[in-house]
Amino acid sequence: MVHSVLKTDGNPSEAIHLLLRRLLDEGIVDALLVPLRVASGDNTVQTLVRDTRRLEGMDVLAPVMPVTTARLVSAITMTGIKERVGVVMRDCEIRAVVELVKLQQAKADNLLIIGMDCMGTYEVPDYADLMRSGADVGGALLAHAASGQPQPHEDKAFRTACQMCEKFTPSHGDLRIHLFGDDPKQHIHVEVADDLAAKLGLEPAAPAQARENVVAAITRQRTETRDRLFASFRERTKDIVGLQAYLSTCIRCHNCMVNCPICYCKECIFRTPIFDHESEKYQMWAARKGAVRLPTDTLLFHITRLNHMVTSCVGCGMCDSACPSHLPIAILFRAVGQEVQALFDYVPGRSLDEPPPVATFREDELEGVQ
Amino acid sequence: MADTEFEPRIIAFLCNWCTYTGADLAGTSRIQYPPNIRVIRLMCSGALDPVYVSKALLEGADGVLIGGCHPGDCHYQTGNYKARRRVAILKSILKQLGFDEDRVWLRWISASEGRLFADTVTEMVAALKAKGPNPLKGAWDI
Ligand code: SF4
Ligand code: SF4
Ligand code: SF4
Ligand code: FES
Repeated sequence: MVHSVLKTDGNPSEAIHLLLRRLLDEGIVDALLVPLRVASGDNTVQTLVRDTRRLEGMDVLAPVMPVTTARLVSAITMTGIKERVGVVMRDCEIRAVVELVKLQQAKADNLLIIGMDCMGTYEVPDYADLMRSGADVGGALLAHAASGQPQPHEDKAFRTACQMCEKFTPSHGDLRIHLFGDDPKQHIHVEVADDLAAKLGLEPAAPAQARENVVAAITRQRTETRDRLFASFRERTKDIVGLQAYLSTCIRCHNCMVNCPICYCKECIFRTPIFDHESEKYQMWAARKGAVRLPTDTLLFHITRLNHMVTSCVGCGMCDSACPSHLPIAILFRAVGQEVQALFDYVPGRSLDEPPPVATFREDELEGVQ
Repeated sequence: MADTEFEPRIIAFLCNWCTYTGADLAGTSRIQYPPNIRVIRLMCSGALDPVYVSKALLEGADGVLIGGCHPGDCHYQTGNYKARRRVAILKSILKQLGFDEDRVWLRWISASEGRLFADTVTEMVAALKAKGPNPLKGAWDI
């Protein structure tokens, strides 16, 4: 990888867009999966683009993530493609792609990963509100890139997952767009694979000086937030009564699972006939316990999902965003995941070469588990 | 004081090739062990999804025993190593969420170890009696 500088002449988003456009123009990729503003102007959605004229409404700085791109990458690569696709992603999406590749739910061969520093994202309705108000939503955040303190718009907050996200710079990628530590009105830095740098005519340059300190400061602050949220979660769920209270408003709609990048099972156990019970069974349970909450198995659903996938939870918070009851599911999954992942010294998304803990084992381990 | 002593209920998931046969051997050899256990036969400990263990606990079982072949002896080579990982994950999750993870036991018991099987059940019943009933017994709103 080499570092290089993009001159922005006062318009950083335009400079990034021109760079991405060149990937398509030069035939380095056959398609781009990039965020495009929808016609109504109040949302920005990942879009697979093959015709450069369609790049008109590109907005890579839009602080919104309606779905995780990892799911889209799975869809567009799973059964194999000949075309090369450049995909713009935040780090939680990149880490989820790494997990999905290892879980054989996506193929990375024809991907050109374009990672962006992430300033945090809003819930979709908040983002839409801001866009309707005419605010320069992405630009306003970018103004804080140099100081490293991206502030959300007054009366709005970043998603909880983002407030506690300590891995927000691209950890993988052939092209990595750095926003922190620069004055983006003048220039931004990129890190780029050697061969790609040559093809794009990018000259080597020193990395942004302030970047390291700026990133470290945000990481510190986000880690503090994370630890505070984990501690209060642990306090609240010390016993089962606490856990029940934490999940009391769950309607078991499965949205958290449907939107999770790691929950890929086409035949999720909760959608198989195992949970289609004989009608008489409900009477039996009510008789045995005196009463039974319906739908049944709320705790079982969450505990099972944890068992199946928490080793690979990347902390994207898509579960939170999808929950109609606004339950803090990502805190639950991240906090529990922290300890489970530590059992195997596993960091989801860290490396393509480390098999996910549930897909492997060692003979000489866990001898005390009995 | 207590009118009837608490009798724990244990759900046992036993591998067909080892522990299940070991349990059988205990029976045919007339080795005594307490009757607190309900056995579910599996083809391998590696075939056990944690959902069933969790379900048993949430429905009020006082303990869950998982029995598999000794490391290196799995009929399918590696099922028991995978089971061990799953149990490690399950126990960590249960513990973190306020359950008593020591109600779940994983034991390697071969087809010829009828005595070990009987001793394990006896020991588990005693341990669960000391703990008392699963607090989730009768919980209607889980
Ligand atoms: S979780 Fe992290 S990487 Fe993902 S959107 Fe939020 S801040 Fe960005
Ligand atoms: S999305 Fe929310 S309400 Fe629906 S199952 Fe998940 S936690 Fe429960
Ligand atoms: S459980 Fe939630 S935070 Fe973790 S990967 Fe799934 S959607 Fe993302
Ligand atoms: S066959 Fe007994 S544990 Fe695999």
